[in-house]
Parts: sequence; C-alpha cells; structure tokens
Amino acid sequence: MRMKNRDLYLILADTSLILGQRLSEWCGHGPAIEEDITLSNVALDYIGQATSLYKEICAQEKDGKTEDDWAFLRDASQYKNLLLSELPNGDYAYTIARQFLFSAWYYLYLEQLMASKDEFLAGFAAKSLKEVKYHFQHSRDWVIRMGDGTEESATRMQNALNEIWTFTGEMFTSTKAELAAAEEGIGVDHLSFQDAWNELVENTLQQAQLIKPENGWMQKGGKEGKHSEHFGFILAEMQYLQRSYPGAKW
Amino acid sequence: MEKKDWPVWEIFIRSKAGLAHKHVGSLHAADAEMAIENARDVYTRRMEGVSIWVVPSISITASSPGDKEVLFDPSNDKVYRHPTFYEIPPEIGHM
Repeated sequence: MRMKNRDLYLILADTSLILGQRLSEWCGHGPAIEEDITLSNVALDYIGQATSLYKEICAQEKDGKTEDDWAFLRDASQYKNLLLSELPNGDYAYTIARQFLFSAWYYLYLEQLMASKDEFLAGFAAKSLKEVKYHFQHSRDWVIRMGDGTEESATRMQNALNEIWTFTGEMFTSTKAELAAAEEGIGVDHLSFQDAWNELVENTLQQAQLIKPENGWMQKGGKEGKHSEHFGFILAEMQYLQRSYPGAKW
Repeated sequence: MEKKDWPVWEIFIRSKAGLAHKHVGSLHAADAEMAIENARDVYTRRMEGVSIWVVPSISITASSPGDKEVLFDPSNDKVYRHPTFYEIPPEIGHM
C-alpha cells in the first residue's frame, strides 16, 4: 500500500542518491588524494541516507520491493530530486559551490526535521545532521579558501556561484505533498529557514570576499519529476548494471 | 601557473579517552584546519579516533641516524634500569 508521505521521503532520498552519485564521480579524479577521499566519504554519506529512506518506504509499503528497485529501476520522471543535485560536477570550484549551497540548506532543513512527528524522519534527521554539518564545514572552508585565494581561484568560485544560483530557488519551493506534511508537523516549512540560509551564505561569501549573486529567475521542476538534460545521462550510468543484469549481486 | 605543493603534516590520533595521541601517518594540506579535516577523512573512517592533532612536519626535529650509537648504545648494558628486579605480590596481578 502506498505510504502517506512517500513523496516527502522520495524528495529527500532521491536528492541524496543523485548528489551521492555525482560526488562519487570524483573518486580517483580528486585534485589531491586527501580531497578525493573526502568527497568519496561525503558521497557515501548521501548514498547511505538515501538507502535508509528507501528501506523505510519498503518496510511500510510491504510490496516486495527493495531499496535497489527504488534506486535503479525507475525512469527519469519518477525521480523527485532537486535539480541542483543532478548538475554535472564541472571544475572543483563548481562542485564545492554546489555542495556549499546545498549543505547549508540541508543542514538547516534537518535541524527542523528533527522535530517531526514522524518518528523515523526525526531519527533520520538527528543522525544525518552530524554528517551534513561536516559537509557544510568542509565546503564552506573551501569556498573561503578559494574566494580569498588567488585571482584564478576567486574567479572560478565566483563563476560557479553565479551559474548555480538559479538552482537555489527550488530548495525553498514546496510541493502540495510537502505543504500538507508541513501542516501536520511531519514535514518542514522551507520558508521558515530561508532567512537563516541567506544569512549563512552571505556571511561565508563575505569572508571569502565573493559577491552574492542577485536573485533572478529560478529553475524548478525536479521535485515534480521534470529534470534537466543531464539527468538521462546520470541515470544511464547509475542504472546500467541493474538494467543489464537484473538482480545482480556481488 | 606555478604549481605549489601543499605542506606535509604529521597526524596524531587519540583512539580512546585516556590514551595518548599516537602517530598514524602524514598528509598534505594547505592549512591546519584543512589538515584536521583531511586527517578525519583519511585516518578516522573506521572509528579509530576521539581526538586529532596535526603538526607541520617541518616543525619536527628528528634525531640523526648517524648518532644512533652515541644516543642509544650506552643504555645497552644497564639492565638495572629495567624494573625486573622487583617481586610483584600476586594480589596485584598483571601489570
């Protein structure tokens, strides 16, 4: 049976899964071995978070599906991840800028979710918050280091922020399902921490001597299954094995 | 562009409260904060630690291998420095 707040779970799980998949592309390609290991750890944190949410959906719906079905056997329009999470990695500044803007948001989101009336989500939030706090700290330190670094590093970081900015608005939109869940005290009202997010981002960018991009037109649609042109490619790579060898285990 | 390598840091991890920090290896980082973050990711992934120290390798002064005889040989024939001549009462057990 379809669980009541499945969409809320899927937005979180899919965003974590896709961001984790993206970050894992750095494995073996990081700019220094230490950063390579760090990004792989962060990727695994997100894939772990996605796994625990998919598992909970399976446990509640009891229809014989496993977390692998959710991760690997759906089509693009069935994924509800934020568009931000599927953006290609670009250069290191781009990956870090994406990570910084997202984890500042996710950190504040999870803080609120800890008070959820849904016991599973409250526990999930408390556990994940510790991981995300580190993702935030790591990416924030790099934003400052690059912004306040050389001319080239500052230019790259500023360009990355300018390009990604149009994808930040979606983090503060709510679908009908999210609004309903927030009203019941299960989900989170995204607007309630928008000011806090702006402040957090502003403080960091100021320290980094970077300019906060102007709010212009914002991209959205990921939460409703409308994805960017990059999405098909990331799914193709991620799903290849399970699609070609159904049920493969190792 | 000139490519400069990050300096090397020596990493010390305390595995449990009460134990001493132990040298576990080294890594590259641009500054002390990055060294701590990198140490966390490189050396504590399997719950090895409760505390991290990072020290720039350049700050460590090492004894010279050439001085080995002068430094260490004289203690070779001074067995009385080992506490092996005391009878340990059985109720103390393993020390």
